[in-house]
Amino acid sequence: MPLLELRDLTLRFGGVTALAGLDMEVRRGELLALIGPNGAGKTSVLNCISGLCRPGSGTITLHGRDGERHALHRLPPHRIAALGVARTFQNIELFRHMTVLENLMLGRHLHMRGGVLAGGAYLGRQRRREIEQRRQVEEVIDFMNLEPLRNQVVGQLAYGAQRLVEMARALTLDPALLLLDEPTAGMNAEEKESMARFILDLHEERGIAVLVIDHDIDVIMDIADRVVVLDFGRRIGEGAPAEVRADRAVIDAYLGRAPNGAGD
Amino acid sequence: MADFLQLTVSGLGTGMIYALAAAGFVVIYKASDVINFTQGDLLLLGTYLIFFAVAQVGLPWSVGVAATILLAVAVALAIERLVLRPLVGEPVISMIMVTIGLSSILRSAVSAIWGPAPRSFDSFLPSGDIAIGPAVLAADRVLSIPIALGVLAALGLFFRYARDGIAMRAIADDQQAALSMGISIPRVLAVAWGLAAASAAIGGVMLGNIVGVTPNVASIGLRVFPVVILGGLDSIPGAIVGGAAIGLLEAYTGTYLGHGLNLVVPYLVLILVLMFRPYGLFGKEIIERV
Repeated sequence: MPLLELRDLTLRFGGVTALAGLDMEVRRGELLALIGPNGAGKTSVLNCISGLCRPGSGTITLHGRDGERHALHRLPPHRIAALGVARTFQNIELFRHMTVLENLMLGRHLHMRGGVLAGGAYLGRQRRREIEQRRQVEEVIDFMNLEPLRNQVVGQLAYGAQRLVEMARALTLDPALLLLDEPTAGMNAEEKESMARFILDLHEERGIAVLVIDHDIDVIMDIADRVVVLDFGRRIGEGAPAEVRADRAVIDAYLGRAPNGAGD
Repeated sequence: MADFLQLTVSGLGTGMIYALAAAGFVVIYKASDVINFTQGDLLLLGTYLIFFAVAQVGLPWSVGVAATILLAVAVALAIERLVLRPLVGEPVISMIMVTIGLSSILRSAVSAIWGPAPRSFDSFLPSGDIAIGPAVLAADRVLSIPIALGVLAALGLFFRYARDGIAMRAIADDQQAALSMGISIPRVLAVAWGLAAASAAIGGVMLGNIVGVTPNVASIGLRVFPVVILGGLDSIPGAIVGGAAIGLLEAYTGTYLGHGLNLVVPYLVLILVLMFRPYGLFGKEIIERV
């Protein structure tokens, strides 16, 4: 059974059809890349999964850890996050006025119990919980090598570091599925490589299923288990990276139709 | 000199009540960007609720204060749930316009229930005088300063440490990111309105003790605007400093420059400050790069 199933998903903005009856699935523990030309609807897929967009029709089903089926297309974003779906954004969305540590603690926010009064008083059980949350955050900080930055205000960090912090924050949700929207955008070759390394590590060591969008085909083909290709809101190709690379429809979508006889 | 000390204390006392009402305004603005025009009416509601509890029902004052706060919070939660929540996702300006309407409704409801004539109840703040050197200070004004500061400090701690407080800061900082981190916007909005009503109710209780129970309290509530604009719309410390500044200015100008001017001078100072610090004294500067 797949982790996540998208069935006949349609999303329109006014007259623009962003997704036109898309079917796809994310399998448990796989690293799935979603590629396609600009405007193919890649980010729309992530927005529908994380609840920021409501699809016009179609279903998104998450097969949860508890064996239950959750209809994500009907849930508000905060419930979807609580089910273990975390994401990063194309244009980094961080709490810029907070420190790295505070940003990450917010990821544990969901796992905290206790109301306004207990939180304000910071007593007893609340305190022990806070310590437990803190331990988990420390683990993520270690994993992402963010130790030197922990107390810096996020808005002042270098761009590449902000991307890492955003991914670390998503990890603190302890996700079953991680959605990454162009994690290497705007990075230099070295930064890209280290980001790719992190993605592979979290996928292999923590068994998190990852759905990643990226424009850097070389990086993505290196790390993905499987690739889905979108164009005009439809799936036009799917398979192992090598298969997709050789697929006629995919090459046409990316490069335009080759003039007859020109070959590859 | 004695005059000056007296004016300072009474100005600070009034200013801290402004700060209480302003803090509620700041909480709502921080959580939702909504400029809440009902804040002054929540203050008004507080004074009439304490009158109702203490004078009409005859509750002891401690129970009366608790009941006032609970009722005010209940009213605010009802407003949030029934009127504002359906507007989540609509442009912020719609919510702001709705709060203007709600303000008239609250004010009319209060005068429909309790009538337009001033009422009073036996003040339960100590009513004596405190003599410090040559100055004689009204005990209730002096006492309102630590009470208000205590409530404001609690609010400040809430934003710093409590889960919902941190969630509010997160929403104010980046709404999309907050959503994807599992923060529930309706819940945070409800908490914001509850807190705003609670702090306004406490301010209303103190006004009821010091000034009495009259519909004019709503116009005192209007002072919230110079206070928050001076302090910065999104800053609790700003509300305290702004409240103190406006309260003091009113007290000094009323005595030294003549009665009547006290209503104008705070606004003149406000304009001056805004010319140099357009986000208020403590407001977060929003720099848009295009």
